[in-house]
Amino acid sequence: MSGLQDSVWAGDIQQLKGLVSERALSGETVVLNMGPQHPSTHGVLRLMLELDGEEIVSCVPDIGYLHTGIEKNMEAKRYEQAITMTDRMDYLNPLGNNLVYCLAIEKIIDLDVPPRAQYLRVLLAELTRINSHLVWLGTHALDIGAMSMFLYCFREREKILDIFEMVSGQRMMSTYFRPGGLWRDVPEDFEPAVRDFISYFPARIDDYERLLTDNPLWLDRTQGIGFLSAQDAIALGCTGPTLRGSGVNWDIRKAIPYSSYEHFEFDVPLGQHGDVYDRYLIRVEEMRQSLRIVQQALDNLPGGPVRSNNRKYVPPPRSELGTSMEAVIHHFKLWTEGFRPPKGEVYVRVESPRGELGCYLISDGSPKPWRVHFRTPSFIHLSALPHMSKGYLIADLVGIIGTVDIVLGDADR
Amino acid sequence: MLDPVESLTSAFPQAVEDTQEFRGEITVIVAADSIVEVCRYCRDTKGLEYNFLSDVAGVDYYPQEPRFAVSYHLYSMVHNRSLRLKVYLPGDDPALPSVTGVFPAANWSEREVYDLFGVVFTGHPDLRRILMPDGWDGHPLRKDYPLGYETVQFSFNFDEVDRHKPYARE
Repeated sequence: MSGLQDSVWAGDIQQLKGLVSERALSGETVVLNMGPQHPSTHGVLRLMLELDGEEIVSCVPDIGYLHTGIEKNMEAKRYEQAITMTDRMDYLNPLGNNLVYCLAIEKIIDLDVPPRAQYLRVLLAELTRINSHLVWLGTHALDIGAMSMFLYCFREREKILDIFEMVSGQRMMSTYFRPGGLWRDVPEDFEPAVRDFISYFPARIDDYERLLTDNPLWLDRTQGIGFLSAQDAIALGCTGPTLRGSGVNWDIRKAIPYSSYEHFEFDVPLGQHGDVYDRYLIRVEEMRQSLRIVQQALDNLPGGPVRSNNRKYVPPPRSELGTSMEAVIHHFKLWTEGFRPPKGEVYVRVESPRGELGCYLISDGSPKPWRVHFRTPSFIHLSALPHMSKGYLIADLVGIIGTVDIVLGDADR
Repeated sequence: MLDPVESLTSAFPQAVEDTQEFRGEITVIVAADSIVEVCRYCRDTKGLEYNFLSDVAGVDYYPQEPRFAVSYHLYSMVHNRSLRLKVYLPGDDPALPSVTGVFPAANWSEREVYDLFGVVFTGHPDLRRILMPDGWDGHPLRKDYPLGYETVQFSFNFDEVDRHKPYARE
């Protein structure tokens, strides 16, 4: 008998007060646990759902299962060492995370970045966006029941990962962007590989659209659910395709251009209804626009160095070490002690595939950052999930989770 | 379009403690008890219209005093510019009013600051831990909270290090 007693939940019903409605405490509605290992939660997200029949009365997300203390860890590492941590936050957008952290360092020390590095950053950031949207499209469609989409999307994604591996040696945790530019120049095979992808991919996007855009099952499952008005989206802090699905024209690449985005021509697709279907259309169109940017970056790619010449912050190339004493000293100082940015604090934002990715960096003048904070889109979008899912059926919730495009590594950090 | 520093100092002469500019970013340091009014003023005043709260972040300046700071990153979609509001808090019982009533987006960000720094937001609708487990002891992003390490095992000291590892044994 004692074993049976131990298996009874020892929690207190008072803990639920304020989280669910009074009807749940009297037993009129059902409180159901969803996750953290549910396949549609894209990682480890737990939702506490209060249900009236099949209708969602309230939804309480519970996160933190993937919390790895990245911000704390970065405080214990030198600026350049800490870049490797950023890859591991949003694992579908590793180069975008590198980018925001490097931009923050470059802003705090006012470091120049050569034009070739800026263009390559844009090119690779846009390939990362396509990569992330492909995973989103595959898993979102899989959740809703369109199984084969997943296979097609991952087939194309592999080609992008091959390009990442070609430039950085890694498929996902690339750490390719460094303060002042890039780790090293792209190899000779890079350009033909990207051109191959540019000519191959548009027809594949048309394939996806043929499978989904006018598919009556897809329309049934996505239209008119997960509605978010423009005012609510702004108030709740939604950004990226989630905000633009509600018709708000705000894209950081256009509003606050960084890394020479002002040189590129592209359109920002907007939604009209603010439902799951509109956000699907936007992300598919964003893949086409990203491809346009990749094409422009490749056609107009400037020559020259890919890393700044400021030796106080950027190590000299290996070839100089044999001939220049000064290069040896800089190399030694940078790899043993690291660089010391001036005291100050900056906040830098970039448009990640999911929305606004911000980096708040505080330097106290030592070689290690005093504080690094990431404002991650998945975290903020998850806090908007209860608002978006209220009143819909539990079957629609799967589509709504998919549409906010969460990555739990991004939310928990 | 109003200048944020001028209009805030004239509207809140007592609350605005200092203003700074670094790399083109404006920081306005505000007294803790008036942060809600300042946020509402920034959001609703014609010519400022900071309608979007990007981020709320905590900072620990240990061992300095005032020890803690909370930074609010506001952005105006109307005028395309940013503003940082910063509140300094003492090391003992750091607390300040919550701005969730003005910016609902602050909800989880404030929970995160509470969880990782132990800064209490009074008037927050649901102030619980968010990233750490509910029963966790301490606030990990405080500077006096140690970062855990694991000693590297080499062949010559493998057994010695292994004896001190915390994993469960039969």
